[in-house]
Amino acid sequence: MKSLIKKLVETPGPSGFEYEIRDVIRQAIGDTADEVRVDALGSLIARKGTKSPDGMRVMISAHIDEIGLMATHIDENGFVRFTNIGGINPLTCYGGRVLFMDGTRGVIGMDGLARGKMPKLSDLFIDVGAGSKASCPVKVGDVCGFERPFLDLGKRMVAKSMDDRIAAAVAIETLRRLGSTPHEVHFVFSTQEEVGLRGATTAAYGVDPDVGFAVDVTVSGDTPRRSNKMATALGNGPAIKVRDASFIADPRLVDWMITTAEKAGIPYQLEVLEKGGTDGRAIQLTRAGVPASCVSIACRYIHSPSEMVDSDDVENAVKLLVKLLESPIDLE
Amino acid sequence: MTEKITIMDKKQLDLLEKLCNATAVSGDEFEVRKIVREEIDAVADEVTVDALGNVLAIKKGRGANKVRVMLAAHMDEIGLMIVKKDDDDDLFQFELVGGIDDRQLPGKAVLVGRDHLPGVIGAKPIHMTTKKERQNKIKVSEMRIDLGPDIGDKVEPGDRATFATRFAVLGPSVCAKALDDRFGVAILIQLLRQAPDHIDLLAAFTVQEEVGLRGARVAAYAFEPDMAVAVDATPAHDLPHWDEEDENVHYNTRLNEGPAIYVMDRATIADRRLVRWLQETAEDMGLPFQLRQPGGGGTDAGVIHKTRSGIPSISVSVPARYAHTAASIARLSDWANTVKLLGAALERVTPDLLAGERRN
Amino acid sequence: MTDLLSQLKEMLSASGLSGFESPIREIVRTAWEPLTDELLVSKIGSLHGFKQGSGPDPRHRVLISAHMDAIGMMVTEIRDGLMHVTEIGGLDHRILPGQPVTVHGREDLPGVVVQPPAHLLPDSVGDGPVEMKYLMVDVGLLPREVQKKVRVGDPVSYAQAPLELTGEALAGHTLDNRVSVAATTLCLEALQSRHHTWDVWAVASAQEEETLGGAFTSPFDIRPDIAIVIDVCFAKGPGSNDWRSLPFGKGVGIGYGPNIHPALYDAFEKKAKDLEIPYHKDLMPKMSGTDAMAVQIVAEGIPCAVLGIPLRYMHTPVETVSLKDIRRAGRLMAEFITDLDKDSLNQIQWDA
Repeated sequence: MKSLIKKLVETPGPSGFEYEIRDVIRQAIGDTADEVRVDALGSLIARKGTKSPDGMRVMISAHIDEIGLMATHIDENGFVRFTNIGGINPLTCYGGRVLFMDGTRGVIGMDGLARGKMPKLSDLFIDVGAGSKASCPVKVGDVCGFERPFLDLGKRMVAKSMDDRIAAAVAIETLRRLGSTPHEVHFVFSTQEEVGLRGATTAAYGVDPDVGFAVDVTVSGDTPRRSNKMATALGNGPAIKVRDASFIADPRLVDWMITTAEKAGIPYQLEVLEKGGTDGRAIQLTRAGVPASCVSIACRYIHSPSEMVDSDDVENAVKLLVKLLESPIDLE
Repeated sequence: MTEKITIMDKKQLDLLEKLCNATAVSGDEFEVRKIVREEIDAVADEVTVDALGNVLAIKKGRGANKVRVMLAAHMDEIGLMIVKKDDDDDLFQFELVGGIDDRQLPGKAVLVGRDHLPGVIGAKPIHMTTKKERQNKIKVSEMRIDLGPDIGDKVEPGDRATFATRFAVLGPSVCAKALDDRFGVAILIQLLRQAPDHIDLLAAFTVQEEVGLRGARVAAYAFEPDMAVAVDATPAHDLPHWDEEDENVHYNTRLNEGPAIYVMDRATIADRRLVRWLQETAEDMGLPFQLRQPGGGGTDAGVIHKTRSGIPSISVSVPARYAHTAASIARLSDWANTVKLLGAALERVTPDLLAGERRN
Repeated sequence: MTDLLSQLKEMLSASGLSGFESPIREIVRTAWEPLTDELLVSKIGSLHGFKQGSGPDPRHRVLISAHMDAIGMMVTEIRDGLMHVTEIGGLDHRILPGQPVTVHGREDLPGVVVQPPAHLLPDSVGDGPVEMKYLMVDVGLLPREVQKKVRVGDPVSYAQAPLELTGEALAGHTLDNRVSVAATTLCLEALQSRHHTWDVWAVASAQEEETLGGAFTSPFDIRPDIAIVIDVCFAKGPGSNDWRSLPFGKGVGIGYGPNIHPALYDAFEKKAKDLEIPYHKDLMPKMSGTDAMAVQIVAEGIPCAVLGIPLRYMHTPVETVSLKDIRRAGRLMAEFITDLDKDSLNQIQWDA
């Protein structure tokens, strides 16, 4: 699975510009799905299985967009000003390397900041090595993501965009391993999550599921000074989300996910995330309502260029999802 | 740079004046709705007013395979609502409706209610202020609207108020309140009149954009279009930087450079097929255009594109300085070129425009 | 006719935090069972009570939305048998220290919110208010018992028992918005002996305090022609005396603003005047802060009215309300609904 993960995390694709990562995923899915389509906002939807009497239409949503930057102004000396696509922490930018969708590469610099002050995005700029506006290959509206190679530390893995390419990997692997299922499962590789769950909103309307699960990363509370006071930690298993800041998971689903994990002997942890939202909300508020939850992968340093996850958590997330989809879903 | 001044004809200018001078604060768009209905009743095939007060007009095309194109422009403007009469005098407390910088309020003339009753937002005489006091903003809760001592019950809590600015033409410019988005309303009326007959044109004159893009959401659900264009006004922050050394890199748009095409604001990442559609039209027609700087803000497209299973959408705006204040200034040529661009672009709509997947 | 006070007390004895409304839903279901033709539960837990109108098919539909969920807390971490919590919905952390609460774990556990001693808090706190992340909940059990009975994600509700105050006032937690559910029950009771031609959909909605989830989803399938949203509004009291607050116990609030269809405001105002029910114009210049924010923009849009029951100390465990205003609201809704006929929708126009 690591080579799939490497390919996914290294493919550029900020919100709204997911065409390359979509092609990669379409390739990776190959023939494992019964049907593949792309909707109006660019989400890739792969259907597997048909609904049997004790089955449901299930939507699984993993977002394929990543955070990035868009050029807003090129000055006379060829420096590029930018705005954010999704949540960007200026602290993670300085000295960062970026890759534009057309292949142009650059560095994020900072200028004019008083000592001891926190930088704002407007204090930063991208330097692509151009000497003037005329010779600068970047134009207003061009889009870039951060560029870092995938790093395999054995049990732990590091990359930019583990949020949420690790979930895309989990979804693809689940699709591959899913044998028989009573459900009609729609694996949605959603776009534009980072800018407001947009792809999942329209995809959920189109799929019109009976139940839904998002797959995303979540904050882990296991760094040295525990500034994130959360009960989650790397290596403690996939997290079953009770709530995040954007929605409260359906408690019936949460209970059923816990029961399923315990029966199958899959380690799990429970997640209460006070900041941050996921596609689960978009699914839950669709049409007349959809019971929704989320399987999360604990992740350190989210929205930095070096996000870290645990490979056993990833493997167990796949196992859990496969188990959840193999049998009828109990909503009592 | 030489300016191509294309003056809109007198009829259109009069219409814009009427629209800008009308009061239509979010939630009470009556006056503009009335003007819109008068203007389009004879032109559209179907006109309805929905549950929120949107005016939904359809101009059907002829033939098969017609693309359903939605246009949206919002009728509402930012303004004030009277919330209470003081117990011991005839002054009125008020609240802001929509985003207004409260520094724009003191010492302004306003018009209150359907009868446009004149009033003022007073401010303390400077003689009675201290230097320290003048360093702080005047709070909205300390401001009052004064319509004179005999106002009686002609004004009551719930009434809306707007700046009293009257529309004026200043050389190549117009100066008025509510250019955001009476420009859009006027443009939609014009486009309905000259609608090409190979598309279905679905014009939504929306309500409550300024308080959360609310009207557009239900209008898009009802129309179910194939694609959508939001027509709005957008700030031109093209003034000089206070520090002469510094370049103004956050101008958003500039006056005189034509209609502003959006690639990204806080609410929408534009479908690039539609960006190209407009750009290529402009280039082929020799029309000026600019890209609005990606960044903040939002238009009706923000909710339209997320409706149902998704609707490819884009926004185009007339650049205007000092939006959301008593007096906005824009160039007539930018307005004219926006109408021209959209008129020509609509002619070029075909089912091929959105064939295939959304890519780059 | 059920006694309003005992009905309220029963509702207040059940928990029903946003997302976890099952207990309160069962109580409302029992109350609405004899008053409706059909009861359904939505996919995300709202209760829909359908009462058919007497008019011929096709009948118009009026939806009443009263959210039944409540604000509270949720366990984020358990350390040494003590729990850290986060909020569900919005609450002022300054009222938390010393509050009696119930932890809804594998069983309901009574406990208290505790403020740790100063030496266990950051220096920066001083003698100022302590943020929620430093407060804890103590249920008095040993750590290994707690581990067995409580887990991360368990909801925690206020445990303050309701108090009857003078002048038919009631104080307690979660009067926001159980009083509106009670008013809806009163309305349904009144309709038992009255003729109404429109279909009535009474919705006890879920998740208002968190996502307006019930308000976005219930109207989608029901597609009412008009909706009445009933919620609590601010009553004048200490620190809450400006234009946003209505007099306490002196009448129902009728909402006015962009969320509300002006024709419905007019209709309710007229009804209140005709019936001599005291009311106040409740100004909502931007949004109403109620289910109406969502209901109004579902599908093709739904004209909304917003009724408010004035309430003091909102989102604290001692919310205070006048029973008179609850009865007034219930009666106003019932009378409005019995008046609806086949021409009523024509009156709900713009610029009429």
